[in-house]
Order: sequence, then C-alpha cells, then structure tokens
Amino acid sequence: MAAAQKSPVTGVGPLNGVLTWVDQRFPLVSLWEDHLSKYYAPKNFNFWYFFGSLAMLVLVLQITTGIFLTMHYKPDATLAFASVEYIMRDVPWGSLIRTMHSTGASAFFIVVYLHMFRGLLYGSYRQPRELVWIFGCLIFLCLMAEAFFGYLLPWGQMSYWGAQVIVNLFAAIPVIGPDLALWIRGDYVVGDATLNRFFSFHVIAVPLVLLGLVAAHILALHEVGSNNPDGVEIKAKKDASGRPLDGIPFHPYYTIHDLYGVAVFLFIFSAIIFFAPEMGGYFLEYNNFIPADPLKTPAHIAPVWYFTPYYSMLRATTDDMTVVLALLAVLVGLWTLLRSRLRLPFKLGAFGAAVVVAWLLGGFKRLLLVAGMEAQAKLPMFAGFDAKFWGVVIMGGAVIVLFFLPWLDRSPVKSIRYRPGWHFWLYMVFVIFFGVMGYLGIQPPSPVGERLSQVGTLFYFGFFFLMPWWSQLGTFKPVPDRVTFQPH
Amino acid sequence: MSDQPVDPSKRTWLIASTCTGAVGGAFAAVPFVTSFTPSERAKAAGAPVEVDVSDLKPGEMRTVEWRGKPVWIVRRTEEQLKSLATDHDRLADPDSERKAYPTPDYARNPQRSIKPEYFIAVGICSHLGCSPASKFQPGAQPSLPEDWPGGFLCPCHGSTFDMAGRVFKNKPAPDNLEVPRHMYLSDARILIGRDEKGDA
Repeated sequence: MAAAQKSPVTGVGPLNGVLTWVDQRFPLVSLWEDHLSKYYAPKNFNFWYFFGSLAMLVLVLQITTGIFLTMHYKPDATLAFASVEYIMRDVPWGSLIRTMHSTGASAFFIVVYLHMFRGLLYGSYRQPRELVWIFGCLIFLCLMAEAFFGYLLPWGQMSYWGAQVIVNLFAAIPVIGPDLALWIRGDYVVGDATLNRFFSFHVIAVPLVLLGLVAAHILALHEVGSNNPDGVEIKAKKDASGRPLDGIPFHPYYTIHDLYGVAVFLFIFSAIIFFAPEMGGYFLEYNNFIPADPLKTPAHIAPVWYFTPYYSMLRATTDDMTVVLALLAVLVGLWTLLRSRLRLPFKLGAFGAAVVVAWLLGGFKRLLLVAGMEAQAKLPMFAGFDAKFWGVVIMGGAVIVLFFLPWLDRSPVKSIRYRPGWHFWLYMVFVIFFGVMGYLGIQPPSPVGERLSQVGTLFYFGFFFLMPWWSQLGTFKPVPDRVTFQPH
Repeated sequence: MSDQPVDPSKRTWLIASTCTGAVGGAFAAVPFVTSFTPSERAKAAGAPVEVDVSDLKPGEMRTVEWRGKPVWIVRRTEEQLKSLATDHDRLADPDSERKAYPTPDYARNPQRSIKPEYFIAVGICSHLGCSPASKFQPGAQPSLPEDWPGGFLCPCHGSTFDMAGRVFKNKPAPDNLEVPRHMYLSDARILIGRDEKGDA
C-alpha cells in the first residue's frame, strides 16, 4: 500500500537498505526532514537562542539522574532522610548523581527564566506563536509543581516546612480550603502519606505531563517556525523552491551551534557540581541537612531561590496591601464607567464587579474604620476575605497573567530592537524588580522589605495589565524586510 | 469534512453514549479521589493526649504532640498575665470573635485559658502553618517592635502573637492561635483533644 509509494532511502551507504525497510513502516524520513534537515530556522539567532536546547538537555539530565536516584531512595517518613544521606555517603558515585539532580533543578529554572526572557525581548509569543507560548507557560507551571514535589523528598527541615506552608496556601481558599488542604496532605499535618504521594507525583505523574507538553511545545513551534531577534517572519520571503531566504536547515547548522552552547553550559554546570554543589545555601539550603521535625519550625524558612519572587508577592499581601488593591479596583471600575468605549450594560457590569472585588478585599471595612464607625466595621458582612487568601490569589495570578501575554502586547512590532528605547528600560526595571523580590524572598521578613515587595508586586502587575496601552506608545523604528545578519 | 448529510438518530445515540460514558468515568474517579483523604490509620492516630504539668515552673513552656501538631502548655508569670490587659488595642481580634478556629467557650476570656496561669494552644501559625518561636523576653530585639510585651514570633512571615496567642494587628496571620479542646483531669493533669462536650 503506502509503503510502495515511498522512494527508497539513499545517501547513507550500507544503511540504505535497512532504513528503507524502516521508512516504509514508520515515518522516519519525514520526521527527520520536518524537524531537522528541512526545518528552516532563521539564520540570525543570537546568544539568547541557546536556552531552548539547553532546557531540553537539562530535562534529559534530570530524568536520567532521577531514575538512578529512585533506585536508592526510600519514600517513607522514617527512612527518607537517611536514604538521601546513604546516597550521598555510601552509594558509589551517589553524591555526584544527587548533586547533578539538585543542581539540575536550579539550572532548569535559570535556563527557563532566560528562555522566557528571550521570548519577552523579541516578541516570540506574538501571533502566530500564541500556542507555542501557552504550552511554554504550562511547562513552567509543571516545572514549578515538579520542583515543589521533589523538594519534599529529602525530608529535611526545609522540605517539611516548605511543603507545610505551600499546602496551607490552599487552606486559605474560602469554604473548601481546610478540607482541600487535608485532602492534599492525606493527614492532619504533612506526614508519611504526604511524602508518599509527592514521590508518586514527582517521579511519574508530573514528568509524564511535562514530556507531553514539551512535545506539544516543539510541534507547535515547528508548525509556525521560529521567531528571531528581528521579529521578521522569514516565511514571507522564499526562494523558487519554497525555502525561506533567511532560513538555514536546523541540522546541521543549529545542531552544531547548540552543541557549542551545551559545551559551555556543561563547563559551568560541572564547576558547580564539583566545587559548589550547595551554592552557598541557594541550591541546597543548610536547614535541609537537618531531618524534618514536625514540632519545630527552623528560625528562618524560605523557598529555594527560583520561587522567591512569587513568595515575596505572597508576603507583600498584608491588610494594608489589600486596601491599596481595593482602591485600585474601584479606580479601574470608575475608569470603565466614565471613560471606556464599552456599551452601557458592560460598563455597569464591570463597575459592579469592581465594587464587589473591593468589598471582598475588605475595602468597605477600612472605609468604615476611617469614618470612625468601629461598630459597623466589625459586622461580618464587611469583613471580606482574609489578606492571606488574596496573597494566594496574587501569587497564582503572577504566573497565570503570563498566559495572556500574547493578547496584552499590542505594539506594532515584535522585537525590542525596533521598539522605542524606553520600552527596553521598562523591561529592565521589570527584571530588576523581579530580582529584588527574589532577593527579599530569601531574606527574613522586614518592614522595608515588605514595602519594597509591595511596590514590586504593583509594578509586576502594572507592567502586564497596562501593557495594552503602554506597548503602543512611543516612536517605533522601521522594521527591515529581511533579517539583519553579518556572516563572520 | 464529510459531504454526507447529518443522520439525526446517529447523532442522538452518539451524544447519549458519550454522556453515559462520562457519567461512568466520573463514578470511576471517585475511588481515586477518595484515596487521597486521611487513611483509617491517620485518623486513629488523632486520639487525645494526657499531660502532667506538675513540674512546670512559672515562665516555662512545654510542647507535646497531638495529631502530629505541636501543642504548647505555657505556665505564665504574673507580669506576663498583666501584659495581656495592656495590649488590647494592638490586637486584631482581642476577644477571640473570629470563627475560623473557634475558641472554646471556657477559653473566651482575656487569658484564653481555663486557669489563667496555664495557656494551652496549638503551636501552628494561623497564616501558613509554621510553628512560631517563643519570645517571652519583653523589650526591643531583632524582628520585633521596641515595645514588645512578650509573646510569640512566627519565623516564616513575621506574624506576632501575645502571651495569650492573640495575633497583633496588620500581620499576615488572620487568626489567634488555636486553643484545642482540653480539660483538667486533676489539678496538674490535662487532657488535650477532648473536653466535656467530646472529642475535637
């Protein structure tokens, strides 16, 4: 049938025969051509384009080291901590495999954050690459889940109390919260049941979803083609045979190019594994070398560095912050009512929703307190939801807002190269705030840090929610027809 | 995609069988979802705990485990009890009126305890479940205000509680520390997790 219509494989010498046999039974040649030898990538990729393939490398590294760690690890509250120490001390080369895995977790987030920042710089999420971006955001979510579940497994103090804090985030949800937290833990506190199920999620459930999403991410990318630092669509200019003029086959050009990136990455990665596996307490926290003690929280607990920007946002959401948010909600509602071009029913609906949000944020309660009506302010109907719940909403919202980026960005050009200069500086302020919140999340709580995180949180959300307006402002530079490229 | 006309009876049966399948799938999910709830063993481990406090001196604190949670027994000094009367305005819920962790009636007093001297509370912060540290020494010290009256500080997010486990205003924790159901079996023996009305 179909086998007879395919032409035989040529050009691989003695392997021609066997590959022809395979190709007639499996889409070997078409897969190879579609994704490697005839997948045309823009020829002007720069430094920032290393991180996609590096993320892939780290994924493979994590799966491989993870399989070997599973052979020695015991997911049991009485044995887990000792089994990790056994891997570190008694299993031949076990400490190397374990530090590869723990350093790999941090490396994964470094590479993925840089990969996402690349997307932000060059507008890689813009039409027609919205789904590539959304699959990417889902991968980021899975990665966070994977890191969180995995962090409980060594059963140290930080593992234990970190999991306790994050599971209790769910308890902040009104009405169903406490039961939900109990359901997740499977016990009244984080315990053996929790450890066992987190192990199951970490080694099988989440990795399966992650692999599926990575496949979808790459399939979607190869369907629409890669973006590039100029944000020019290379498919718009093709030669007589239908190949993009500015495209080069992924294999061999970018496979070799990425191998160079892999080599540099492995230099740095090996240096960390051999000389600084704990990275001064940032990759492996000191408190995690103490076995979990359910009766004693360590003096200072903080998540691993890659979660701390979001953790800062959680801590920034105090009663004062919810009042600011309530005020902002009312202002947005008023603006919609008075200035937007929506139809009247929608205007009224939006204003009503804003008032309800302000009410749930406890805005009315604060208003009554300011007016000196103490007794009325105490009525349960004005209480609203706790600041704790809104902290969870802010923390979750900070990740969810990323999904909407393709529709928030309305700038006429994709790449930062052709956007107004101040757009670049706005991105830089965003990055600085993200970094500062990351730093503050590692530190013990302090009044100054709290204020800074509150400003940072407002900037983070302002950056995204006001993007439809600011991304259109300023003088844009003309975008060239072809990519800018100088052969070396 | 197909140029054949829609066959309505075929479509009806397709919808009906899909819905039936979905209902079956939902029922099949029940055992998996329920397997996540605490097991019989975990529930059995939640039995009441008896504590002897005869050797606890004023100003001392003891921690016992109940349902895997730390439960504190603090024997308060005269000064510590006095501080409870003066910090009223700085507290978020001085009279324990909130319902998230209902305070038993016998502890709904300024000391939040049956006997003023002995304070019994679950040592888990109502914010995100860390165990606060005891900071009984009054006065200025790191992470605490200058006029600190003595109490507890949560190391995770900085919530502070007074000597009766009442949370200070404008802190991440919304509620006072939970006072578990408890009763005195004799002058110095306390049963945690059960009172005259039954198990917690």
